[in-house]
Amino acid sequence: MATPTLEKTGNAEAGFADTPYITATFRIRRFNPEVSDEAQWQDFQISIDPKERVLDALHKIKWELDGTLTFRRSCAHGICGSDAMRINGKNRLACKTLIKDINPEKPILVEAIKGLTVLKDLVVDMDPFFQAYRDVMPFLVTKGNEPTRERLQSPEDRERFDDTTKCILCAACTSSCPVFWNDGQYFGPAAIVNAHRFIFDSRDEGGEQRLEILNDRDGVWRCRTTFNCTDACPRGIEVTKAIQEVKRALITRRF
Amino acid sequence: MSAETSSSSAIGDVEGVSLFDVDHPAPVIEPPRKRTDKTPKGSRTNFEMYAWLFMRLSGIVLVVLVIGHLLIQLVLDGGVSKIGFAFVAGRWASPFWQVWDLAMLWLAMLHGANGLRTVINDYAERDNTRFWLKMLLYTATVFTVLLGTLVIFTFDPNIR
Repeated sequence: MATPTLEKTGNAEAGFADTPYITATFRIRRFNPEVSDEAQWQDFQISIDPKERVLDALHKIKWELDGTLTFRRSCAHGICGSDAMRINGKNRLACKTLIKDINPEKPILVEAIKGLTVLKDLVVDMDPFFQAYRDVMPFLVTKGNEPTRERLQSPEDRERFDDTTKCILCAACTSSCPVFWNDGQYFGPAAIVNAHRFIFDSRDEGGEQRLEILNDRDGVWRCRTTFNCTDACPRGIEVTKAIQEVKRALITRRF
Repeated sequence: MSAETSSSSAIGDVEGVSLFDVDHPAPVIEPPRKRTDKTPKGSRTNFEMYAWLFMRLSGIVLVVLVIGHLLIQLVLDGGVSKIGFAFVAGRWASPFWQVWDLAMLWLAMLHGANGLRTVINDYAERDNTRFWLKMLLYTATVFTVLLGTLVIFTFDPNIR
């Protein structure tokens, strides 16, 4: 990747028209507890193709300008959910956000997702997030003997919870939720989405327990339907709709 | 491993010695009330669900009651200038308006109190602050509701 980059930057001075590269400013929220107790914004100017992604820009900065820049990424293709961050004030995956889509004329703001402890630069402590996930029992619960073959399901039954199976646990939704920002005890959208995935699964028999958990003080009733989670979800899951469906299931179960 | 050697890093390069280093990192900022495996499990009551339902249902009823109230008091038949002791006495002579005002008082007070309870739950971080704010809220609500109910039922138009 390095060689063509260097060639193209050389071309940029000779002829401007035949190069796709632009100069973009990345304003990154830096925090290093081993140096200072305060976070601060730092600007990086790089020459980059606007059709590349924000993650490519972060790589370029880390590999060529400042090796201390710290962020998480694993697959880099929108599947693992490691690189959720707040880009220009919206939670997105850095590996699914093209630079041309977020106006590179202005400085591009990149910071850690909110509502979780920042450990360094863009890395946050995900433990409270996964604790909420564990607390809704995100696994198949059944009674009786194990069948000798697969647990079959009709396409209609599968379709019922198809949307919420897409979750990659990137925490973009939960860390965009204003209720979660103020009170980390709230389960948060991601945990409710993953409960929804099993509550509405015809093969699962633990739905009642999960509904009971989400009926509690920190459960679905704290949701204010601000739709931040639906806007943030990089997989396009209708998160708020899923939460509302859990609410409806709770009400119809009681009356 | 002092701060001076890491001059390539853009942060912390201030004059003097940094207070923090690898062995003495700065404290991180924890989010309010974060969830741990020691977070207590549920109370297994339906209170939150009923509170949520009450907000929706009382809201619908209040739209009718409050808009009707405002129309009668402020718009129809001469507007606000007609309101006086005689106007109130005349209205409360009818049980219909007594029930109307009673329903409006109870629903509006409980609706508002439940809304404020939600706000306190969201924004008051310390358990003690939350508890006492809610106690203050409940006291004020009970006082206002009981006083209002008392006035509606014991109102005497012949008072001098």
